[in-house]
Amino acid sequence: MIFWQLFIVFTKIGAFNFGGGYAMLSLIHNEVVEKNEWLTSSEFTDIVAISQSTPGPIGINCATYTGYTAVMNEGYPEWMGILGAILTSLSVLWVPFLLMLTISKILLKYSKTSTITNIFSLLRPAIVGLIAAAAILLMSADNFGSPSESTFQFIASLLIFAFAFIGTRLFRVHPILMIILAGLAGLVIY
Amino acid sequence: MGGEERMNTDLVSMFFTFAKIGAFTLGGGYAMVPIMEKEIVDRKQWLTREEFMDILIVAQSTPGLFAINMASHIGNKARGVMGGIIGSLGVALPSIVSILFIAMFFRAFKENVYIEKIFMGVRPAVVALIAAPCFSMARTAKITLYNLWIPIVACILITAFDVSPIWIILVAGLAGFVWGRIRGEEKK
Repeated sequence: MIFWQLFIVFTKIGAFNFGGGYAMLSLIHNEVVEKNEWLTSSEFTDIVAISQSTPGPIGINCATYTGYTAVMNEGYPEWMGILGAILTSLSVLWVPFLLMLTISKILLKYSKTSTITNIFSLLRPAIVGLIAAAAILLMSADNFGSPSESTFQFIASLLIFAFAFIGTRLFRVHPILMIILAGLAGLVIY
Repeated sequence: MGGEERMNTDLVSMFFTFAKIGAFTLGGGYAMVPIMEKEIVDRKQWLTREEFMDILIVAQSTPGLFAINMASHIGNKARGVMGGIIGSLGVALPSIVSILFIAMFFRAFKENVYIEKIFMGVRPAVVALIAAPCFSMARTAKITLYNLWIPIVACILITAFDVSPIWIILVAGLAGFVWGRIRGEEKK
């Protein structure tokens, strides 16, 4: 039964993913393309590309797409495909959700104790480094264009980066407005 | 700050706040942090900046989707279990709807030249949005000349040596625990 298989596989993907996002891609590829053959390898690449340009976490994006496609490939009607997409999306969520809710309860209850305070005193500076690292790792040719191949895009990207950085830091522009402005800029200059 | 104080929210507005956050997160993960910070800390004030950072740490070191981890904790803090459920569904909804739409009608979506142009502009801005909160968070984390090395070493380990953030979190947490104990002993 395709619905049951989707539920099991995506529950597993949700439960064994640490750190989110791209860390989960190899696991999804293994389950969805290699083991169960719900998507072809090129369909999988497509969905990764689509995930880059659509809202939301990449794990949910993959789940929704796979759920719909797998059910449709089995020859079910359209509404069953939609049902499959929703079921698969929720499958990837429920384990992390319950786990996090439990941790949240514990954290709220004991947040005043000295043990928790001690642990977080060094974690807070470390997480600043983690976020800086995420930003640095994203400064890649995928996101900025490469200086040798597309000089114009590279320079334009640096300008957009500087503009967005200063805008949010100094002038407190809302991040959502910033994304919309950058999108418009891309539409106009490229 | 305990979880029991009155929060200026009802479940409907909470749902839409998280749906908004979900709708404008492209590529997932950390791209969501600046938008969440603005909405949750600055606007709605469901969490202080310090609480926001603490939950960022927990969300990063628990399995599952970062966005869902954040949403379920923030929702739970503001409105209990129902808040957690509503927050998580809110943050997931735009993603599910848009991908379903694409799967059904627009398989050629990604080849659309205008979409590609828009995203060539958006990508560098998203990187800037991720980099910018480092400074406001540095203040919240009480980073001084004495502990400035912690974020720098963490950053170098991840970017240059490919160390998993999970290890950084484990070591920093353990060190904080031990260091706190030692200082506690000295006071006695």
